[in-house]
Formats: sequence, structure tokens, C-alpha cells
Amino acid sequence: MQMEWIYGLIGGLMIGSAAAMYLLINGRIMGASGILGGLIDRSGWSNGAERLAFIAGLVIVPGVIASLAGGGATHATTNIAVLIPGGVLVGIGTRLANGCTSGHGVCGISRLSPRGIVATLIYLGVGALALGVLRTVLGVI
Amino acid sequence: MRMVFAFLAGGLFGAGLYVSGMTDTTKVQGWLDIFGAWDPTLGFVFAGALIPMAVAWRVAAARRGAVLDGAPLPAAPDRRLDRGLIIGSALFGAGWGLVGLCPGPALASLGFGGWPGLVFLLAMGAGMLAAPPVRHRIDRRAAA
Repeated sequence: MQMEWIYGLIGGLMIGSAAAMYLLINGRIMGASGILGGLIDRSGWSNGAERLAFIAGLVIVPGVIASLAGGGATHATTNIAVLIPGGVLVGIGTRLANGCTSGHGVCGISRLSPRGIVATLIYLGVGALALGVLRTVLGVI
Repeated sequence: MRMVFAFLAGGLFGAGLYVSGMTDTTKVQGWLDIFGAWDPTLGFVFAGALIPMAVAWRVAAARRGAVLDGAPLPAAPDRRLDRGLIIGSALFGAGWGLVGLCPGPALASLGFGGWPGLVFLLAMGAGMLAAPPVRHRIDRRAAA
């Protein structure tokens, strides 16, 4: 348990290196919601193949690592009354805000973008509040 | 070549999410659970991710274009704090707290997350599809 922060730090360095690589080599901002959302609402079809290649890597590589490591689990809730509203909120929210944890959080804060900093403070605050109310106060999730 | 490097960047991102534990909703919700059993892991992930990226922005500022083909690098950040950013980030935060998945980990865990992850991803896609008309309404209200 006490070693988990080291995995967090190493994994974080990998995430940041991936974002650095996508910025300097491909010239693009590595934002998961933007890359996927542009395919879904067709706004990004002009460079759709590059988006699909990114998503293919993002899905396949951790899938292979998890199977080699003998599993991997998200421990996500199996309650669809939580999963569906949660997914819809994340989908609509990240597209209205033009970014999520990777785009606003990692890519935005690292260049001191005011939008990235404000977005991150809001989603962290509301996330903690939502979890606090639903878990600690109401005990429903 | 663009496709190859996009695949590699996506793969490294996914591997990093897996290694860091961010595909595990208990660790993400643990970070947000400041009223319960708080888990600091996500803070280390953020710190680790910001270091190479802060260097990359410095390098990018000194370059004219992308390494691969000289394509233009992203413009200076937009500084407007509009309604879409505020409302959208609040909605995203609520969904993130509810389930513990955000778009990157939702995709990265598709191969091993089972049906709950798939349900979440489909709902997220539906939300993304619904966003443009909602954004249009927010913009129209802001202009009025």
C-alpha cells in the first residue's frame, strides 16, 4: 500500500511523456475528451484517422498489459442508475468545457492556461462535493 | 507516420493510466473522498504528468512546428472563462465523482473493465453527442 504513490508518480511521468510526445511530434494537444468527442460529433473528421490511431493505442496497450499482468479491474459500480447518469454528465460536461483531466488538467495547467486551471479547480471541487454528498451524507454510492 | 506516433502516444498514455492506478475507480474516488478515507495517489500522478509536459511547452515555444512535418503547434491558450467552461466542468466533476472514471481511463480500461465500463463509455458518447446543441443554447443565452 505504501508503495502506491511511486506507481502514481511513474505512471504520471508516462502520461506526461505521452502528452509531450503528442505535442512535439504530432503538434497536437493530448486531450482524451477532445480526441474522442471530435470523432463522435464529426467536428474532428478531417483528422479522424490520427484520432482513431491514438484511441486504438489508448485501448489496446493497457488491455494487453492488464492481460499479461493477469487481470486489471476498474472496481466500477455495477449500478446502471449510477453508471448511465455519470457517463452522460462526463460526456456532455467535458465537451461543453472543451476538455477533461488530460486536456485541461495535464496539458492546460502545465502551460498555466487560465481555462485549464479554472476547469480543474471546478471539476475537482464538484467531484469531491458530489462524492461527499452521495457517499458520506446519503450513503447511496 | 502521424498514425504511428498517435498510436504510440495513445499507448503510452494508456500504459501510464494503468500503472498509476487511474483506471481503478477506487483510487480516483479515494482522491475525491476528502470527507472519508482520502487517497493521495492522484496528486502524485498529476505531479508526475506535469513535469515532462511543462518542459515540452518550453521546447514547443522555441520551435516553429511539429517535429514530424512542421505542422503548426497549438496557439497560445484561450483566456476567456466562459459559461461553457464553468458549467461543463461542474457537470463533468459531478459525473466523475459519481463513477470515478473520466474519458482517458474510460477508454484505457475498455479491454479489461467489463460491462460496467462499456455502459459508462456508451453513456459518455451519448453525452458527447448531445453537447453541441446544449453549447449552442448556452452561447445564445450569453449573447442575449
